[in-house]
Amino acid sequence: MTATTFETERKSGVWHTLGRAIPYILLTISILPIVVGYAWVIIATFSVRTEGLLPVDRAGHIGGFTLQNWTFLSDPEIWKVTLNTFGIAIGMVIGVGFVSSLAGYALSRMNFAGRKGFLGLTLILHAFRPEMLLIAIFHVLLFIGGIPLIGKFIGFNTVGGVALVMISLELPLGIWLMKGFFDNVTWDMERSALIDGASRFRVWWEIILPQVKPGLAALAIFEFVSGWNAFLIPFTFTLGSKVSNLPVYLNRFSGDTSLVAWNQVAAIGLFSLIPVLIFFIFTQESLLSIYGGGSKGGV
Amino acid sequence: MKVELENLTKQWGNVIGVDHITLDVRDGEFVALLGPSGCGKTTTLLMIAGIYKPTAGFIRFDGQVVNRVEPKDRNIGMVFQSYALYPHMTVFQNISYPLKLKKTPKEEMHRRVQQVADMMDIGHLMDRKPAQLSGGQQQRVALGRALVKEPQLLLFDEPLSNLDARLRLSMRGEIKRLQMDLGVTSVYVTHDQVEAMTMADRIAVIKGGQLQAYDNPEALYDRPRTLFIGSFVGNPPMNFLEVAVTRENGEYHARCAGLDVALPPDRGEKAAGKGTLILGIRPEDVTLAEQGVAGEIYVVEPLGRDDLLDVRVGEVSVRLLADPALGLRMGNHVHLNFNTRKAQFFDPQTEKSLLWTD
Repeated sequence: MTATTFETERKSGVWHTLGRAIPYILLTISILPIVVGYAWVIIATFSVRTEGLLPVDRAGHIGGFTLQNWTFLSDPEIWKVTLNTFGIAIGMVIGVGFVSSLAGYALSRMNFAGRKGFLGLTLILHAFRPEMLLIAIFHVLLFIGGIPLIGKFIGFNTVGGVALVMISLELPLGIWLMKGFFDNVTWDMERSALIDGASRFRVWWEIILPQVKPGLAALAIFEFVSGWNAFLIPFTFTLGSKVSNLPVYLNRFSGDTSLVAWNQVAAIGLFSLIPVLIFFIFTQESLLSIYGGGSKGGV
Repeated sequence: MKVELENLTKQWGNVIGVDHITLDVRDGEFVALLGPSGCGKTTTLLMIAGIYKPTAGFIRFDGQVVNRVEPKDRNIGMVFQSYALYPHMTVFQNISYPLKLKKTPKEEMHRRVQQVADMMDIGHLMDRKPAQLSGGQQQRVALGRALVKEPQLLLFDEPLSNLDARLRLSMRGEIKRLQMDLGVTSVYVTHDQVEAMTMADRIAVIKGGQLQAYDNPEALYDRPRTLFIGSFVGNPPMNFLEVAVTRENGEYHARCAGLDVALPPDRGEKAAGKGTLILGIRPEDVTLAEQGVAGEIYVVEPLGRDDLLDVRVGEVSVRLLADPALGLRMGNHVHLNFNTRKAQFFDPQTEKSLLWTD
């Protein structure tokens, strides 16, 4: 009996392997265009010109390795721009994270007048395209810019102003996300902490917030990336390189009036990708732990 | 600490969760709130804890109205069904959390946590996280956390429901023992009548938000004031038969199709001449006999020590316990003897007892 089973298994071995390989083959084919694209970016940044995926020199022979596409790094402007980009991204992580975790908690746990209406309204707000609001936001920023002291940091044509606009546009999503995470924490844990003698604020900070840490981390990463790649808002509400960020800076190299230096654009693009990758490497563990054990035990 | 509830009511819009409950808990007493799920017993407990604010009525601790007192100022400990341990804290941090919030000095905190942990037999688990503990251990940690601040009132919200049957049995004894040793007033919510019967000094039976009865276990068992109490307390549950009680030649008889039993005068007198009413009799008060009410065995459920028989008598079925050694089978014809000195009578409309009234 066992012998026959063994026999059939061995016969079907080839087909079995093939059957398992097919999904991988299909997946490989489907992601090939993206992989080729990234490969081109990396190759292009280090070459004078490219023909297909092959780096070539000016004469068209294979070779033409160069570092000249990376010379923008010696320009102090790029570092200023990088710092601005960083400022917007971190501003969004902190701003959206802070407000969403407080507002999400209140919406999830507390009963107050207008709670339902507020929830519905935030959802509708999220449906507004930022493009529709550009002119209105422009006026708001101009107004804030006119206020002494505050206007210098979060008015028109400031990094703070761009961050402020981005934060407010992202808040509906953040609040809803955090409300969802808070909804999943048991009431008993909260009641227990209240009976143990904690104030509502301590319950939020010491007991409930640690339970939604993976969710908060996911939100932070999301906001960092969207702040880092922000283009429309910084492009609209900043003038000149002093307050521009990387995507806007990059855009100048592919302007309509001059010839596009694609290899240089690729290099700047690659450069702007590095911090995101580093950020992701450090946070992916908490991202993946969302389903790993967020609220295991005591539930 | 003495606890009094007076006309305690909780409403959400039109939904009534708790409906004018009045009861008192004596100092050091162990009281169980017993009822089916959704009856309002947990709502009552959460109002005592201060999590819910009553819509109407009063809660008094030692005579003081505490309706508006915050949970943290009530000096209570609570154990939840879900244990509600803080998953990101170690066992030590969990137990010491109430003390930390009270700003207890470090040394005293360590001493008291250690003392409680030793009492609960979890001293060796101090550095573990809740997820690394078994259900029983988690429950002990939760109990330790409730006890560490030396509360004047302990509240339990179905603390044993998530444990397996054997552990439930041993924890039941332990909690009872602990409560007696510490002498702390306790309110214990459960839907399990065995838990309530074995642990509580007095049981408050709640149904539909209303207090049905509040008495000690023996009284609830022997003198149920309503049909609901009769059916809810006791396992296997009481048999209910629709009968008519008549008096003939100075003797009282309860009759329905296929059944005719004599009643003792003291009980028969209260039930006679009231038309159709409900006779309640516990399975242990029905025995197999050489002669008596004839019936046919419909189902045999072996429980180990006993067989639970479901016997068809006329059109009704009667549950009773029998010795497994008799080897009774489905379809066997038997005769039953009703110990009518323990029979209960209820009004079919009001469902109130005809024997025990206020």
